Amino acid sequence: MKPRQQRMLAVGLAVLGVAIAAGLTLRAFEDNMMFFVDISDVIAGEYPEERNFRIGGLVVDGSVMRQEGALDMSFRITDMRCELGVEYTGVLPDLFREGQGVVAHGAMGDNGIFVADKILAKHDENYMAPEVAESLAKHVDEKTQTLREGTTECEQP
Amino acid sequence: MIPELGHFALILALSLALCQALLPLIGAQRNDATMMSVARSAATGQFVFVAISFGCLTWAFLQDDFSVLYVASHSQLSLPTPYKVSAVWSAHEGSLLMWILILAGWTLAVARFSGDMPQKLVSRVIGVLGLLSVGFLLFALLTSNPFERLVPAALDGADLNPLLQDPGLAIHPPLLYIGYVGFSVAFAFAIAAMISGELDQQWAKWTRPWTTVAWLFLTMGIALGSWWAYYELGWGGWWFWDPVENASFMPWLIGTALIHSLAVTERRGLFKSWTLLLAITAFSLSLLGTFLVRSGIIVSVHAFASDPTRGFFILAFLGVVIVGALALYAWRAPSMDSSAGFALLSRETFLLLNNVLLVVATTVVLLGTLAPLIVEMLNGGKISVGAPWFEVAFLIPMLPLIFLLGLGMHTAWRKQASDSWIRVLRIPAIIAVVLGIVIPLLFYGRVSVMIAVGCILAVWMVSTALVLPLRSWRREKGTAGITRSTLGMSVAHLGMGLFVLGATVVSSFGMEADRSIRIGESLELAGFEFELRELRQVQGPNYSAIEGVVEVRDGGEFIGTVRPQKRQYLVQKNWMTEAGIHSSLNKDLFVALGDQLGDGVWSIRVQYKPMISFIWIAAFVMALGGVIAVSDRRYRVPVRGRQDANDVVAEAV
Amino acid sequence: MLRYFMPLVVIIVLLVFFYKGLGNDPGVLPSQYIGKPAPVFELPSLKDASRTVSNADLKGQVSLVNIWATWCTGCRAEHGFLMQLAEQGDIPIYAINWRDRRDSALSFLSQLGDPYVASGFDEDGRVGIDWGVYGAPETFLIDPDGQVVYRFTGPLSDAAWQREFVPRIEELRQ
Repeated sequence: MKPRQQRMLAVGLAVLGVAIAAGLTLRAFEDNMMFFVDISDVIAGEYPEERNFRIGGLVVDGSVMRQEGALDMSFRITDMRCELGVEYTGVLPDLFREGQGVVAHGAMGDNGIFVADKILAKHDENYMAPEVAESLAKHVDEKTQTLREGTTECEQP
Repeated sequence: MIPELGHFALILALSLALCQALLPLIGAQRNDATMMSVARSAATGQFVFVAISFGCLTWAFLQDDFSVLYVASHSQLSLPTPYKVSAVWSAHEGSLLMWILILAGWTLAVARFSGDMPQKLVSRVIGVLGLLSVGFLLFALLTSNPFERLVPAALDGADLNPLLQDPGLAIHPPLLYIGYVGFSVAFAFAIAAMISGELDQQWAKWTRPWTTVAWLFLTMGIALGSWWAYYELGWGGWWFWDPVENASFMPWLIGTALIHSLAVTERRGLFKSWTLLLAITAFSLSLLGTFLVRSGIIVSVHAFASDPTRGFFILAFLGVVIVGALALYAWRAPSMDSSAGFALLSRETFLLLNNVLLVVATTVVLLGTLAPLIVEMLNGGKISVGAPWFEVAFLIPMLPLIFLLGLGMHTAWRKQASDSWIRVLRIPAIIAVVLGIVIPLLFYGRVSVMIAVGCILAVWMVSTALVLPLRSWRREKGTAGITRSTLGMSVAHLGMGLFVLGATVVSSFGMEADRSIRIGESLELAGFEFELRELRQVQGPNYSAIEGVVEVRDGGEFIGTVRPQKRQYLVQKNWMTEAGIHSSLNKDLFVALGDQLGDGVWSIRVQYKPMISFIWIAAFVMALGGVIAVSDRRYRVPVRGRQDANDVVAEAV
Repeated sequence: MLRYFMPLVVIIVLLVFFYKGLGNDPGVLPSQYIGKPAPVFELPSLKDASRTVSNADLKGQVSLVNIWATWCTGCRAEHGFLMQLAEQGDIPIYAINWRDRRDSALSFLSQLGDPYVASGFDEDGRVGIDWGVYGAPETFLIDPDGQVVYRFTGPLSDAAWQREFVPRIEELRQ
């Protein structure tokens, strides 16, 4: 092949490859990206229905309940404004603890309880996932305003 | 005193790095042999002082000098001695110092093993490496001094993160860094070639072994990291598509492309600008990885504590290095491409396809890694991209790559006659189709389209890789065998085949279950029986643990005992899961203790991982291929009086 | 010719993008209390549960409020520096002992020294939350009117002190 043809071949193949890959990957992307939703928004009914999403917040102290001897458990998670019940079956990460930050993957169940299929807690005491920190920060700031001005707490639709 | 000595040595190293960068580069421009001759000795000096500095930090750890902030934050009196050493590179400051040491080490190696290269080229390569050293030394001295004092000294340290107290992790970063930093040599060769405007086949011959060595270390580093994540993060996965893993994987993919592109440049003098671009990209992606890991821009379980100042410094450095290199490329590369031709059915075409597909694969990984960042900036909310996406998207370029690889190995340079080609490849193709369907059916009792595709491709790669070594082994006495270079290629591709086999089987036939269990009970998974015999307290040097004793039986026959632990480290009070793994060549049985569920019941996770060890064995086979290729005799023979050697080299890719 | 410039264009776009990303760094959390009164708190004292520590203690002087806990490694790292600061006696340091156990907090202070004028004991972490604390240690600079002037996250060191606190304190005292 002449250099010019070579180049055409290279460019043609690259464009073709990238186009196919881009098409397929974008489709897969639609199905696989997961939104992070504030707990307050979940309570207000603003969450993607019929697909998985992520929530994050602090595990409410004293809310972790287990059936004796079974893998099913439930707890409540808060963003310092609203609380949401979470159900989970399985082995928990090492750093899951009351009062600590967690991130949960899953979807809303029919009864207003979040059914988690995966629970994440970071491997470092001092760490908090930034989106969780941001969500908490927002509501903590609102809360101090609230305390000062005496408006209402968690709003439900 | 010793820490100050270390700090001072680092400053001296900086001034030597400046000499090493400026004098040889200016000397090469001016044709001044005296200035150029500084290169080798400055490189040696810089290495010595960085090594002293590194030694001082290590000494501070061994002596439990808690008056040094970095030591106090990452060590502790009762920490076992090997981990006191590995704690040196357990966090940002120390790992940066190790990065600098490795860079100086590579520079020293270039200075020592470049006797047959023209002085100008050596000077420019060492000079460019010196510029990189200056950047990293400034980074360490200005933002991340590991010798900062803690006044008054702490009585005891805060301990090393328990996750890092593990032999796998102790040696994983050094290997990874040797790989990452090793690409800086190829980068320096590329810059040197662009400065001089001369890039010939000889240049590719000099650049290639350095690239291969960097690549083989990166391969081992990534494999060890994956192995560590598998047994230490506790939950049995071996690749998570985590941003930090991706950051190490992207340079590997581009480095692989670079090795193949260099083959074409060395053999045929083609793809020159492309080779330059890949050399720049491989190192840029290494830098990008550092940036992502250390700036806190991306959320990851592995990320170092984030610090925006450091982020800005690395970004600025990244900008100067990459923009500078690419601007030079835009200026110089157009005049460097040569114009030899090749037929459609030729080795060149296949290597071109290899490069295109590897670049596409890298782009996929890069996009997936950056997607959360992009979406957030476009105010699309906070998203994460899950592993399933990567698994689908990554396979799209990889499946054709693996298929073409088997063809490319047996295709001649310039032009291949199609009849002899089909004759050679017929047998491996038949073997692949038959074994690819029979293996899963015979051993695991079922097969699907995806499983068959994976296994067929794996066997295809293994069998095509074996053709040349087998032919050489069965050759008539007195005829020439294959070169080390070709053997290395075959072994590396064999490793790749083993990897595909392991990955296909473990992802298709692996099983896992979360169960609750009490002492004396047993559970069953994939035909194996796990009985929890007892739970006991165990005392480690710096932790106490609850250990489960789990007997594993296969069809009633005892095959081993595993001891998963739940450890609590005494200083940081973290709980850590240590999985118990019964490992054999064809399967791993993985047991991790979960939580106490009350009433004497524990949650437990058991997993059956068929052929998972192939994944890591395969990585080492690939690395071994690299070792064999680098030991080829053409790299050992001085260039003078060996013009004819290039003809012998012809066989090799 | 143009194709040789493509990589340069791509990388410049990427770099600009990263630069913006760094600016967006979710790790940087500017306190929204800066320039506002410190959140109201009243906590039992760590050493003597019958006494309390509250906003009233902070009034009339430039002071620091340090959020710490025994489980937090950064707090150990900064403790030496806080001791040094306390010995200089230039500025009173108040503490909120956050999500901790009283006995371990007291033994920590008796072993390593107590740099604090007074420590509030925030066992359930509610006050920490009101203060918008994400992780210990954090240090707030409070002016004589009880307003938050500056918030520092992570372990304090002499360098950070000279850089971030000293100029602000001097300004407050003028």
